[in-house]
Amino acid sequence: MHIKDTLPALYKIRRPLKAEDVRARLAAKQGKEYWRSLEELAASEEFEEFLHREFPRQAGEWDDEPSRRTFLKVMGASLALAGLAGCSYQPPETIVPYVRQPEELVPGKPLFFATAMPHTKGATGLLVRSNEGRPTHAEGNDLHPGSLGAADVFSIASILTLYDPDRSETVQYRGEIRPYTSFLADVRTTLDALKAKQGAGLRILTETVTSPSVAALLKQITTALPQARWHSYEPAGAHAATQGAALAFGQPVHTIYRFDRADRVLSLDADFLAAGPGELRYARDFIDRRRVIEGKSEMNRLYVVETTPTNTGAKADHRFAVRPSELEQFTRALAVAVGAQNTPALVGSAPHPDAIAAIAKDLQGARGKSIVIPGDYAPPTVHALAHAMNAALGNTGQTVVYTDPLAFYPNNQPVDQIADLRALVGDIDAGAVEMLLIVGGNPAYNAPVDLAFRDKLKKLFDQKKLTAHLGLHFDETSEWCQWHVPEAHFLEAWGDARAYDGTVSIIQPLIAPLYRGRSALEFLSALTDTPEKSGYDIVRDFWRTQPQMSGDFERAWRRAVHDGLIAGTALPEKTVALSASASSQAASAPAAAVGSGQFEIVFRPDPSVYDGRYANNGWLQELPKPLTKLCWDNAAHISPATARKLFNVDNQEDIATYKGIEYMAPVVTLSYRGQTIKAPVFILPGQPDDVVTVHLGYGRTRVGRVGAGTAQQPVGFDAYQLRFADAPWTATGAQVAATADSYQLVGTQLHFNMEGRDIVRSETLEEYRRGRDDAQSEHVVGSDARTGDEGVGRAGPGVGKEVHKEPGVNETLYYNYDYVGYKWGMAIDTTACVGCNACVIACQSENNIPVVGKEQVARRREMHWLRIDAYFKGLAENPEGVYFMPVPCMHCENAPCEPVCPVNATVHDAEGTNNMVYNRCVGTRYCSNNCPYKVRRFNFLRYQDFETESLKLMRNPEVSVRSRGVMEKCTYCIQRIQAAKIESEKEAGRQVRDGEIQTACQSACPTNAIVFGNLNDRNSMVARWQHEPRAYGVLTELNTRPRTQYLSELRNPNPEIRGA
Amino acid sequence: MKTRRERPPFYGLMAEFDNPTDVVTAARAVHEAGYRRIDAFSPYPIEELSEAVGMHTTKMSLIVLIGGLIGLIGGYGMQYYLSVINYPLNVGGKPLNSWPAFIPITFETTVLCAALAGIFGMLALNGLPEPYHPVFNTPNFALASRDRFFLLIESRDDNFDRTQTAEFLRSLGPREVTDVEY
Amino acid sequence: MSTIDHPHDDVGIHVTPYPVIEPGHTFGSVTDKISALTLQRRTPLWWFIAFGISFALTNVLMFSIGYLVLTGIGVWGNNIPVGWAFDIINFVWWIGIGHAGTLISAILLLLRQNWRTSINRFAEAMTLFAVACAGIFPLFHTGRPWLAIYWLFPYPNTMNIWPNFRSPLMWDVFAVSTYATVSALFWFVGLIPDFATLRDRAQSRPFKIVYGMLSLGWRGSAKHWARYEALYLLLAGLATPLVLSVHTIVSFDFAVGVLPGWHATIFPPYFVAGAIYAGFAMVLTLTIPLRKLFHLEDFITMRHLRNSAKVMLATGLIVAYGYMMEAFTAWYSGSEYEGFMMKNRIWGGPYWWAYMLLILCNVLIPQILWAKRMRHNTLVLFAVSLVVGVGMWLERFVIIVTSLHRDFLPSAWAMYRPTIIDFTTFFGTIGLFLTLLLLFIRFLPVISIFEMRTILPQAEVKEEEA
Repeated sequence: MHIKDTLPALYKIRRPLKAEDVRARLAAKQGKEYWRSLEELAASEEFEEFLHREFPRQAGEWDDEPSRRTFLKVMGASLALAGLAGCSYQPPETIVPYVRQPEELVPGKPLFFATAMPHTKGATGLLVRSNEGRPTHAEGNDLHPGSLGAADVFSIASILTLYDPDRSETVQYRGEIRPYTSFLADVRTTLDALKAKQGAGLRILTETVTSPSVAALLKQITTALPQARWHSYEPAGAHAATQGAALAFGQPVHTIYRFDRADRVLSLDADFLAAGPGELRYARDFIDRRRVIEGKSEMNRLYVVETTPTNTGAKADHRFAVRPSELEQFTRALAVAVGAQNTPALVGSAPHPDAIAAIAKDLQGARGKSIVIPGDYAPPTVHALAHAMNAALGNTGQTVVYTDPLAFYPNNQPVDQIADLRALVGDIDAGAVEMLLIVGGNPAYNAPVDLAFRDKLKKLFDQKKLTAHLGLHFDETSEWCQWHVPEAHFLEAWGDARAYDGTVSIIQPLIAPLYRGRSALEFLSALTDTPEKSGYDIVRDFWRTQPQMSGDFERAWRRAVHDGLIAGTALPEKTVALSASASSQAASAPAAAVGSGQFEIVFRPDPSVYDGRYANNGWLQELPKPLTKLCWDNAAHISPATARKLFNVDNQEDIATYKGIEYMAPVVTLSYRGQTIKAPVFILPGQPDDVVTVHLGYGRTRVGRVGAGTAQQPVGFDAYQLRFADAPWTATGAQVAATADSYQLVGTQLHFNMEGRDIVRSETLEEYRRGRDDAQSEHVVGSDARTGDEGVGRAGPGVGKEVHKEPGVNETLYYNYDYVGYKWGMAIDTTACVGCNACVIACQSENNIPVVGKEQVARRREMHWLRIDAYFKGLAENPEGVYFMPVPCMHCENAPCEPVCPVNATVHDAEGTNNMVYNRCVGTRYCSNNCPYKVRRFNFLRYQDFETESLKLMRNPEVSVRSRGVMEKCTYCIQRIQAAKIESEKEAGRQVRDGEIQTACQSACPTNAIVFGNLNDRNSMVARWQHEPRAYGVLTELNTRPRTQYLSELRNPNPEIRGA
Repeated sequence: MKTRRERPPFYGLMAEFDNPTDVVTAARAVHEAGYRRIDAFSPYPIEELSEAVGMHTTKMSLIVLIGGLIGLIGGYGMQYYLSVINYPLNVGGKPLNSWPAFIPITFETTVLCAALAGIFGMLALNGLPEPYHPVFNTPNFALASRDRFFLLIESRDDNFDRTQTAEFLRSLGPREVTDVEY
Repeated sequence: MSTIDHPHDDVGIHVTPYPVIEPGHTFGSVTDKISALTLQRRTPLWWFIAFGISFALTNVLMFSIGYLVLTGIGVWGNNIPVGWAFDIINFVWWIGIGHAGTLISAILLLLRQNWRTSINRFAEAMTLFAVACAGIFPLFHTGRPWLAIYWLFPYPNTMNIWPNFRSPLMWDVFAVSTYATVSALFWFVGLIPDFATLRDRAQSRPFKIVYGMLSLGWRGSAKHWARYEALYLLLAGLATPLVLSVHTIVSFDFAVGVLPGWHATIFPPYFVAGAIYAGFAMVLTLTIPLRKLFHLEDFITMRHLRNSAKVMLATGLIVAYGYMMEAFTAWYSGSEYEGFMMKNRIWGGPYWWAYMLLILCNVLIPQILWAKRMRHNTLVLFAVSLVVGVGMWLERFVIIVTSLHRDFLPSAWAMYRPTIIDFTTFFGTIGLFLTLLLLFIRFLPVISIFEMRTILPQAEVKEEEA
């Protein structure tokens, strides 16, 4: 293939070739093609022009038959370029940097570009850092309503997906490599045949579409071909919400909650703090009303009723575990109690009856300032009842607002996606499908098992029907499609997407497609008259026609791309009335009955790999799951009591066996409607009895080296095998049986009991209000030699708890170092931490932290610099709560790790950070042994991948890449500190402003639980936080003087509920 | 005092004894007789014998003391200079001159230097290594490392007279008296 | 020399039923018998067999280290939090064993225990080889040994980067290297007169030349003897605090740390006692078969075995006291971390078996040595010495692994499991140790000949006649 095919864009721009462009060409090549492409370059005319300018002296010679000497020179030149191949390729179209024009690109100075990570539940606005044209790190976009500067694990980890060496690189026809043009030709011929029948037989299968331009394109196609059908299927879509809305209002609505106005929140199986839609925004708003700081002593109250433990449940002031079959009764009873229902008859054996009255009373006490939020995976009736309750509590229009649906559907009529997929399957069986384009998604893997979608695809495959799949990886679906087209990553292609509230972001690429992938727009445009139209043009042409960009389009466009969102695109609030039938319908909806000895299986998308689409992302695979800290696997979560029953043992601990250090979990068989799978058991306190929670997204068979398991070494088990179209989220009446097998589960935390140690301090709001005064009188007055402030030895607010006292600063034989100038410190509010893991992934991305793999995690050699500890309080049977504690390096002033290092490889700098000098480290591991917080990580083997080209592009050039035998740990993102200091010094040596330095973890945190700054500045946020009565240091009795301090966890239980 | 230029044709006279008591007695007699350039050879250390041939004190203790002092000062000095003057670092909030932490190494360097000084001092004073020495020409001298005891009067001794000295030695009851060639 | 000054002291040869040397020996017989071991032409078959096995093990060690250096510390079982495991366990174990030699030759010399004479040479050799084995671990337990090998020494460099003299590991470097150097020289100095003996006895010319060179031309001059003896006494005086300092400093590796189970002031004395304990155990383990194989019962008598047994009994009790004090301070300190550590160590934790075995091997079983009958039964002594060897290894396992695997924050707790390479490395060092030892007993006098002469009755100068 000639290079001209590869970069049409460069051809469009007839301008003299610049080094960037040549590099771009080199960049577009990879692997074995590399040398060939160089020769092609040397041959191409622009390259000659280029040489004339680069080597004017040889210009004369070059036109003649090149002498050997010149030839070598020239090839030398192209080789030199090859060396630079990684360095700079802007996409050919003009994109708009967040702060500066790309023309100003200064090597070594990163630029930030606004874009958005499309997600079926609403896009997340991002600012992506570009080093020399390589996107290297993703952070939230402050202006974006769905982000407010925060980011979720999927968005941040998308950087790794972009550079994933396992990504599909070529167009394939039945496994043979073909040019894209021949795919277009094939489509064209088939389409011409279908045109006669107005497109009958043409089927397009998408995931949930939140992109206006894609929707418009689909509309255009379906209008041109009226008989063509567009189906959409999403394994973890909001099916129930749609139905529930229809049930309640008789029309489709999208619900947006305003936690910033709510004092009382009741979650009905909704994990609104950690799992979309809008979780980042919701978490921020919710926590902001919970932040008891700087004299403020009011906080909201959260009730969580859930069928399986979630992050939201962990933050609840009152958590009630119910079986899925009980959820509806509970809701109904509550609805009656708050007066949203008038059929007490149906309130039979509702669980936790005593609590219901108190909750109802509490909610009614906050009319218009409360929220009842149903979970996406709760049954429709619960949604309907929740809507009714919100109406009854006067929340509608206050804390709960309704809009038109977020997603786009054919003729704007929301369809039940599962029914939609069933219809498609029916048509395939009827032979009515001639041509099927699958745009993203992986239905062959994640469709309900009873639809047997994979077999249907095989059928089409055997019938040689034109089926094509657009995907980032060659996956289970690609296997049985005639055509596979590599998809362009969202950082490679133009597009647009809606946030949870409808606000549209223009997705701008930061890099030319690495593997010549096509975006959904470009793929779909194959069905239009302009099959080669670039995504850039499609998006622009669409928005040119939109009201929001009327007037000076270029200006509006520029602004939109610059800001990362299009102003005024948020969905307008609309008033809806409860349909009269709603309550009665809800009332008459039967509650599912569960026979004795039967189990209920709860399906949930996995917190790390979601529905399986991120299965090949090493960062996410190794990311410890919030509550279990498991990685590389999913498990069947059961309660301790259930475990005892299943394995008839007296102590649930006994069911686990150890092979050496490996935790071997017993394996159970889960059977439902004749389907049976084997799954390792994980005992999760807080899980309702006789309920098994399994997470979707594992057991992939075809995706890449990371995510696809083998028979010997599976990566989790495929829970979709138990998922039926009519029971997508709960399988009632399933059978669970213990087996003799065992399976190795690995996790980064094996012990969830705090052992009564003073690690995470927690107290109720009441205790805090009392304790704050006591605490202030309790200061150990040993005035701080450095800042002269008191209370260094403060006992902290832990009321009625034996609290270790830190030795006063002057209780030393030695002198204290004073840190003039900057004195960096961090404060972490455990009340605000929702355990979402964004900080962990952000740290991994920022600091080039390697992935070590399951076997090494089993050996406890994970490399995360920042971990989130989870501690269960109370009995395993019914934990009083889960407490999250992010643990970075404490940067102790008297760091125990430093004096023991024989080679001065870890020492303090003048600003008091505890630095790790990799070059000097010989790897005795003594520092780690002597670190009471165990935050140091050691390269036991060569974990970094130094070979794979694409991963080299991914790394942050500001952070050295560590090889084996070296200790490493959190640096407070010292590269960011230095960057900010340089900036400040350029401006007449002003001080770094507070908040100017954002550590990676801090900027990713959705709830602002982490603040960092200069402790010498008494007004800095971190200094103020560290002087809060809630502030305390961990293990300070060892006189470590940690610079990282914590604010204790506050809970606000309802005094009227027993056990509170 | 004779000078080396006119040294006699042979090294000295060697008397051979077969038990420690006799050789000690003989040595004392020879010393009383005024001979000073004398030496005795035994298969194991015999304190009386050393004193009999005039070795009352050794300089070993002084040498070891000096070595030790060098190690002491050098050891602490090195640590102080490197940690306080040459490249001061804040290591875990410890003072630059963390003297308690410097003591172990100071102790070790002290012992090391003292021991080295002692060993090499001993070898130096004994003139070892010395692969060749005239006494090895003595017949049966190999037995000096087994069960024989030898007493030597060097020819360079002022009172040395070949015949008289030999007679004198014979009178001390040795197994035999032999000339020791160079 | 002490043994000359007090030929009749109460531990002397005439009083006790177990003389340090069987009667009837002469200077000649002692000399000939011991030098014959070295100079005899034919090597016994058992030597070849033993050497073959040991040398094979040594090669296993070489392979293990090669694999380790090429692949990384990950081939071992170490992890976070258990950053140290077999590597440092073996280091401390070997260095402990390496204490008996210098102790016997130095401290017992100062204490005028002349029964030491016939075992000190052998014990010193054992010391050297044990220290050699120990030295392997601090170097190769580092992630980047190719740098550690010289960065651990204060060598001048253009970057002016120096070691951190506050680190106990740094103290180790100095202590161990000093100890190795001084012990080696001490040993060699002791050998000089015996080299002379061998030089004069050797039949074949090459041996004559080699031993001649090694003897540095020693001729047994009374003047040389005087300085020699003075130095020997001084060296003993220096080696005594040195040998105590070495294991004290090794114990600092732990005592200086903040870790519960490490941070204990009892460590220095109790480590030193443990070292002597292990050292004498190893002396017995090796001498009991050796005296049989070489028919040295005349020189290494029951007296030596009995006294070694007594030393073991004594030091064993000190060690037991150490264990007691650890438990007591854990309780008395009132620190929840210390308390938990002890509970976890004894019965709460997954490694309780290690502690129980340790108590069995180091505290309970050795108590049978109170019985005279047992002390005089070489088989029992041999068995007990082996048991103590195992026990001392377990002690280090308990201190290092059990303390590390559960420290302050429960979230960081983990388990440790050694890999096959951990074991091959450990057994490999045992092979190296035995290889060196076998070469030693084949080519050097295993008993100090000239000192043996001094303890013969006829060695004394009869003053009344003189």
